[in-house]
Amino acid sequence: MAVATVASAKGAASRPRYGSMSRNRTWALRWSYFFLVLFAIFFLLPPVYMLITSLKTSQEISAATNPWWVFHPTLENYRGLLTSNEYLTFFRNSALVSVFVVSVTMLISVPAAFALSRMKFWGSATLATGVFLTYLIPETLLFLPLFKMFAMFKEATDIELINRWWVLLILYPTLTVPFCTWIMIGYFASIPKELDEAALIDGASWMQTLTKIFIPVALPGLIAATIFAFTVSWAQFLYPLAFTTSVDQLVLPVGIITSLVKADVYNWGQIMTGALLGAAPPLIIYAFLMDYYIAGLTAGATKG
Amino acid sequence: MAEVNLRRIVKKYDEVEAVRGIDLDIADHEFVVLVGPSGCGKSTTLRMIAGLEDITDGEILIGGDVVNDVPPKDRDIAMVFQNYALYPHMTVEQNMSFGLRLKRFPKAEIRKRVDEAARILDIKELLARKPRQLSGGQRQRVAMGRAIVRNPKVFLFDEPLSNLDAKLRVQMRTEIKKVHQQVRTTTVYVTHDQVEAMTLADRVVVMNHGIIEQVGTPNQLYHDPKTRFVAGFIGSPAMNFIPCRMEGTSDGLSIRLTDQLAFPVPPSRAEHYRGHVQNGKLLLGLRPEHITEAGSHLEPGETPFEARLDVTEPMGMETLVYFPINGTQVCGRVNPNAGARDGAALRLAANLNNMHLIDDATGKVI
Repeated sequence: MAVATVASAKGAASRPRYGSMSRNRTWALRWSYFFLVLFAIFFLLPPVYMLITSLKTSQEISAATNPWWVFHPTLENYRGLLTSNEYLTFFRNSALVSVFVVSVTMLISVPAAFALSRMKFWGSATLATGVFLTYLIPETLLFLPLFKMFAMFKEATDIELINRWWVLLILYPTLTVPFCTWIMIGYFASIPKELDEAALIDGASWMQTLTKIFIPVALPGLIAATIFAFTVSWAQFLYPLAFTTSVDQLVLPVGIITSLVKADVYNWGQIMTGALLGAAPPLIIYAFLMDYYIAGLTAGATKG
Repeated sequence: MAEVNLRRIVKKYDEVEAVRGIDLDIADHEFVVLVGPSGCGKSTTLRMIAGLEDITDGEILIGGDVVNDVPPKDRDIAMVFQNYALYPHMTVEQNMSFGLRLKRFPKAEIRKRVDEAARILDIKELLARKPRQLSGGQRQRVAMGRAIVRNPKVFLFDEPLSNLDAKLRVQMRTEIKKVHQQVRTTTVYVTHDQVEAMTLADRVVVMNHGIIEQVGTPNQLYHDPKTRFVAGFIGSPAMNFIPCRMEGTSDGLSIRLTDQLAFPVPPSRAEHYRGHVQNGKLLLGLRPEHITEAGSHLEPGETPFEARLDVTEPMGMETLVYFPINGTQVCGRVNPNAGARDGAALRLAANLNNMHLIDDATGKVI
């Protein structure tokens, strides 16, 4: 009892200087900054290390000097990679695959999401859940059955699917379409129902409602889904590793590993340079569309 | 422009019957308001006319043609929604012209119609703005503009004023009436607000539990309600319903409320009620304005009585007084200078020339 009285008296005494709300806020901010800085360091250290290493010669990398400093900076690694046909082929393959996969994904998932969220038909709710469950199946479970399927397809049609870069155009959408459909369902669900009813009365067909009303209104969600599809197809490692082998069929993530690691000789300078250059396109896209991406994700999270 | 006819319209959601077989004929140019408490089926009825809901049974005719299986866009109707449903990414002008552009009207014609609608609604200076840059009232106007440019056979309004604040609601109510006087399009308007219904409608349709309780002009509904529901729903403050008995006296009929209190029925009414003397379950329906302070001179049909007031509510131009009769709270409207005070006794007069007698068992007005 006495203790409580003392404590409350103390609190009352300090109140005139700064209110409990603002003091609370100050501390919350301090903690936020502390953890933000911690996370920023944690996540930025690897890319910084990559950048430092990419500017070193092989001799300097293997020398026992300070790994966090470049004593003899060189752009030799960059020159080597950007003039190597192999690396440019990987880059081209990656770019082609990503652009096509993003287009295919959007062409499928946007109309699918529209149909599942708006055109109430028998089983639409179950189907929507099914789409999401598909996304939860890890790709590691799928590549063996896929191998088997491709082999059977070869037997039946004599068309070889294995070791062709374009087969990735069939494989990646199995990962991107379910998730993008799910994001778009969430986004479309946040659009008031009266909007499509108004369009319907105004004389719009379902397709016109989608293209003239839903797509423009849900543009942030659409951009978020696009970025996601691009990131997944750009960074995908397992499928290209399993399904492509020839150097001219490889995409970046696998190409860097297979061409720059010769047996147990690691060409660290070029590996780091290749990875850094490979990370550039998604980084640039994120930088431009960051605001949309965040808006898209939160809308999907709360309204889905 | 066209008439709208509903023939035995039924709407079932699984096992629940939202609309239970209603008939309604709406004449060309008429402004009809569907009113009722929430869940009475009024919005469902409107959405069936629009084609946004399937009809379980019955027929809907617009301009003489059955439209049961006609999609909304081919019914030649325009609808104004409660939340306006403006396309957020389009300017006001694009919002209004969207339907016409879809139907590939010539540009000059679209321009002309949008300008005309903007003039009627006084929104010319807003044409280049996006909906988010508009106030609630302005959005409401744009939503109406979108309906007007289509020049449809029928306007459908689904609680269009519910999202506006009280002052703006009154203002927009007048606007809607003015617009209807100019364009004369057949209008079906849904609201739960009986004041809106009374002020706007040529005819009011009172709905309850999926059926039509009564159709009539605002005055008919107010002065000659057919059921207890309509009598209680129309008018604010609501009509008083006091349990009573009918007694035959030497010089006519009398309504007995308590052992001490009885009102003689005016001779003009007595003939009509004579057959119900034996009915034990009756309600006296009396509007608050027919219970006033007793003046020195009483009109024929007025009966004075003494009441102890529970609560008084000064409204400025009048004071509402509440007092119990036989356990029922009764409301009267008295002159602000009549000296009504909480807890005090006041001499009141009931004017039975405007009384209603309700059969409590059937809910019908006798």
